[in-house]
Amino acid sequence: MTPARTLAAVLADPSAAEALTPGAWAAVLAVAQAEQLIGTLAVRLDGLPLPARVAALLHDAQATALEGRRQALWEAEMARRALAGIVEPLILLKGTAFVAAGLAAGQGRSIGDLDILVPRDRLDAAETALLAHGWMWVKPDPYDDAYYRRWMHELPPLIHPERDRMIDVHHTILPLTARLRPEAGKLVADAVPIGGGLAMLSPTDVVVHAAIHLFADGDLSGGLRNLWDIDRLLREYAEADGGYWPSLATRSADHGAVAVVARAMRLAHALFGTPVPQDSQRLRLSDRLFLRCLLARDGWARESRKLTRLGFYIRSHWMRMPPAMLARHLWIKWRKGASAG
Amino acid sequence: MRHVFGVRVGPVAFRIGSAWRAPVEQLRTLYRDYPAHDGVPDFTVRLEAARPWRRFVRPSVHIRGDFVIPDAAPLPLAQGLLAAEMGMNLQMALGQRRFLLLHAAAVERDGRAVIMTGESGAGKSTLAALLQARGWRLMADEFVLVEPATGLVHPFPRPVSLKNAAIDVARAALPDALWGPLMRDTPKGAIRHLVPGAAALAGAETPAEPVLLLFPRYGLPAEQRPVGAGEAFVRLTQASTNYVGLGERGFTALTRLVTDVTRAAIDYPDTDSAAELIEALW
Repeated sequence: MTPARTLAAVLADPSAAEALTPGAWAAVLAVAQAEQLIGTLAVRLDGLPLPARVAALLHDAQATALEGRRQALWEAEMARRALAGIVEPLILLKGTAFVAAGLAAGQGRSIGDLDILVPRDRLDAAETALLAHGWMWVKPDPYDDAYYRRWMHELPPLIHPERDRMIDVHHTILPLTARLRPEAGKLVADAVPIGGGLAMLSPTDVVVHAAIHLFADGDLSGGLRNLWDIDRLLREYAEADGGYWPSLATRSADHGAVAVVARAMRLAHALFGTPVPQDSQRLRLSDRLFLRCLLARDGWARESRKLTRLGFYIRSHWMRMPPAMLARHLWIKWRKGASAG
Repeated sequence: MRHVFGVRVGPVAFRIGSAWRAPVEQLRTLYRDYPAHDGVPDFTVRLEAARPWRRFVRPSVHIRGDFVIPDAAPLPLAQGLLAAEMGMNLQMALGQRRFLLLHAAAVERDGRAVIMTGESGAGKSTLAALLQARGWRLMADEFVLVEPATGLVHPFPRPVSLKNAAIDVARAALPDALWGPLMRDTPKGAIRHLVPGAAALAGAETPAEPVLLLFPRYGLPAEQRPVGAGEAFVRLTQASTNYVGLGERGFTALTRLVTDVTRAAIDYPDTDSAAELIEALW
């Protein structure tokens, strides 16, 4: 069992932690750190009898996650104030949404940037307001800037230098160049308020977004954490709403995301035992390749299985751009890299 | 990893993996008198080659681990020991959350600690090392660990990284000390690591109560002035790598520290005058 698989097993069933040797712990903690799951692990194992050093480490990780949560919520409030009158309520995405809504997926979760969703016709006003409230551009490069504005699903990243926090302002959830075209208007229209002038995507849209983000918009790096999010979201929503699974299927179809949502359900079930419907449990041959990549870290948390990773890296670009455009993009990037180096 | 070394420094355990034998052998020598650690570490450091063949061809050491700076420049294999030390420092600076971490040195006597902070080059490492010859226990030369719950200073007696002229000064003052290899032409000039004395290593798990906070400056005529709690607080927030990350715990620990101790800025031309100033204040 790779240490990443052991980590997944312990997250899903904390009682499995009792069997770990010191050597296994060292590997699991290093991988949890690298996959940004250490705070989550700490919350899951809280209160269980653990070796003293492990308990101390996880105690630190929990305190760190708690402070990260406080800072993330404060950053959301800062953005809400800056954008008051332009977008109300402010729609949060990903980690900040999970903690703001008090979802299980937010417990112990590490949170980096603030991600928000703004209707496309408010994008210019939102950008102006953020700049007026102290946010600044991170990428001064004109090609990058133009590329973001023409093709990406978000503004070029902005940073608030005083608080040293980044904000990603999305107007949809996938680049405009991508094969999949989720319906941004529906995401905004069905967002649900979560109090304090904030909102998040509907229970089905959240999972569609997480699945798209994981399987249609990247090379799977950090994917274990995203799949854990999906496990927690599915459990919580399915428990609260008996009609959740059919609603999810309908919504996935609306966004053209049936395949990625189905894959997310199969993999979450395989790794974390997510109670998805029976007909969504059986792994396909290609799923095994995804699992291989998601779990590719050794006991020192080094990325292993270089070839599989390379394959997913190429795939990530392939999905996001038509071939001619990809070639042009990589050519420009390569020339810039060569002249900089 | 091919070569592995585990060690405990005060309350912190490190696991260091290396693609090459030499850095690990140098670590074993330098940390000969420290407790070995093969259990669960607080931090993992990896010394890696950028590409598999770069283990042999123009080998250069990339510093990786639990916490990394993405664009950190690699070091030549001859400075592998320095890479390991930098890797450990990086884990502490970016990852330490149990203690409030101050970029400072500390020495102890009778269970009471003196914290000396200042910018790199202010002479705090050298001063802390040399005070050992005058009956002080070295607690830390780079990172002072303040426990938020108790306000106590915990020892972190890493080998002292001495640079250029300070190396010969310390060799003359501490003739029996154990030293690491001399590394010339590092990004900071010549560097050599001095292993803290027996008292420092024997007391590596014994915390002390901070009583004096100093802002020393080397190379000026002996002088001192008091420092207000507010100024000390602000300067220490700048000298801490994890003050923000600790949130309220950091604020509480730091306000308590600056309130409880005597605070002074001292200028000193040599170790003797610094020692006199410290003994008078304390």
